Amino acid sequence: MSKWIDPDGQARGLVYLDNAETTRLDPAVLDLIEGFMLDKYGVPAGEFGYGLEEEAGNAIEQARETIARRINASPEEVIFTSGGTESNNIAILGAARSSYYKGKRIVTSRIEHKSILRIVDKLTRQGFEKTLLDVDREGFVNPADLETSLGGTLLVSVQHANQEIGTMQDVAAIGEITRDSGVLSHCDAVQSFAKEKIDVQAMKVDLLSVSSHLIHGPKGVGALYVRDGVKLEPVLEGDDREKGLRPGTPNVGGIVGFAKAAELMTDADSARMRQLRDELIESLLTISDSRLNGPRGDDRLCNNVNVSFRYVEGEAILMHLDLKGLVVNTGSACYSQKLEPSHVIRAIGGSLEDSHSSTRLSLSKWTSKQDLAYAAETIKEVVETLRAQSPLARKVSQRR
Amino acid sequence: MTATSESSLAKRYGYSEKVMDHFKNPRNIGIIEDADVTSKVGSVACGDLIKLYLKFDPNSDQIKDIKFESYGCAANIATSSMMTEMVKGKTIDDARKVTFKDISETLGGLPRIKLHCAVLSRQGLETAFLKYEAKKGRVKIDESFVNRILRGVLEPVQGVDIISAKILENTKVDGRKISLGLNAKAGSELANSLAEDIGDAFEGLDLDLDLKFKD
Repeated sequence: MSKWIDPDGQARGLVYLDNAETTRLDPAVLDLIEGFMLDKYGVPAGEFGYGLEEEAGNAIEQARETIARRINASPEEVIFTSGGTESNNIAILGAARSSYYKGKRIVTSRIEHKSILRIVDKLTRQGFEKTLLDVDREGFVNPADLETSLGGTLLVSVQHANQEIGTMQDVAAIGEITRDSGVLSHCDAVQSFAKEKIDVQAMKVDLLSVSSHLIHGPKGVGALYVRDGVKLEPVLEGDDREKGLRPGTPNVGGIVGFAKAAELMTDADSARMRQLRDELIESLLTISDSRLNGPRGDDRLCNNVNVSFRYVEGEAILMHLDLKGLVVNTGSACYSQKLEPSHVIRAIGGSLEDSHSSTRLSLSKWTSKQDLAYAAETIKEVVETLRAQSPLARKVSQRR
Repeated sequence: MTATSESSLAKRYGYSEKVMDHFKNPRNIGIIEDADVTSKVGSVACGDLIKLYLKFDPNSDQIKDIKFESYGCAANIATSSMMTEMVKGKTIDDARKVTFKDISETLGGLPRIKLHCAVLSRQGLETAFLKYEAKKGRVKIDESFVNRILRGVLEPVQGVDIISAKILENTKVDGRKISLGLNAKAGSELANSLAEDIGDAFEGLDLDLDLKFKD
């Protein structure tokens, strides 16, 4: 449990379970970044750089190797970006603009991240067409659905792990189909990178997005895998850095920190989070009228828990928890700036009520058993408090 | 790390400290077993619903007691809590002078996107008054009455009442039989949600409701 100081100067414990939103920087990463900010502050330039430039250049190339190894790619196939949103935009816009002659259709799923759904939407206003793949009650797309929608398709983009309910898609089965048909395949792996195994060869993807800040790396840095031979039209124009796909001065410290953070995430971390995740799911489901959103077992992202509690609303849950030093997230419309309920819970067939009370808890490599015991106990208490105030809970208890 | 004291939390969510106080410690929360009238406005689908329980002095029309239950966000809880405090002890005529803006202002203001919560709590009060007056035989159950009650029934996605949302197409009143034409497909999620909410809105008035949905 980390400590924080409230405005009254009191030190309190904070249980942070919103690691799918962002994570705390690993202190070892900070040390490394500091060196690149204060001492080795050069940027790679031409081939005949002076010392500082060479140091920066070498550091970036080393980081590229680290990230490439993590996804079984070659270093030349990795470009650094400013994060998952930028990677997704470069991939989809870049593919649409370079491969428009192959087809007008982009196929994606209903439960993608907004950075995918919105850019695909935008393209439909510029002459492209879209197909949104349905998902089942646990959030899985059916790869067989692809077979019928591949005609005139230039790109298929299906995420690896879902940001809200943790569903892990069978990306390899999708890659099998797209590769055979000569259709480009992109995968948003922002949530799963360095937590779940990613092998771009086995998955048969052409493009894959990853990000740093969800694995205790710095914010504002990510990467895009671009398979050798795949042509993308640049979204940003400038110099030739990052193969011209991401021109501009590179975020050296960020890139180096990103790779370090990835190195510091181990299989043992994932295994431990998986174990704790399952324990948390079990204890939350002991609360009556609760329901797990997303699948169980190995097809669920190792750090994701998402439960809906009937008869209570998510923003009220979240604020009560926040006051007790527990940070979670909700799919409730009331919490969204646009008053829109979670598109993911709706897509899996959840009712509006299910989406209003959906509560996401996402673990980090530092989450402890004690953190989760506190979380489960506090959530139970808050759900009970709110149900005691809710006419819906009363109506049901009278019926029983 | 983020600070989560009450004041900083309020700032983060755009709520005043008074809203936070009423959210944390709602006044007049609960039910009145022998209420003279209850009213339920809003919708589960919308994530914004309240139920009010009122007891009146039969001679003076003074609100002797008022309680509420809530299914909704912090603003829903706080506006209902504040509304009950503001009208308790007032006569119906005086309570009717309290506007949704008064409720919001007394709470120190609400984020713009949460103002509809104050509107909903005020509508709940109006629905309760109308139902009480109908029970007492003081207002006629006619089309105007029915439409005023239906102002408390919401279209779930936009969160506006079904009259403004143009879902209510026509209202017919024949004695105690009320027929409503509704622009929603029979059997759809919207139709089911409306059927439940409209039933709740007229609960306790002993009326015969006939809802006509589209095929």
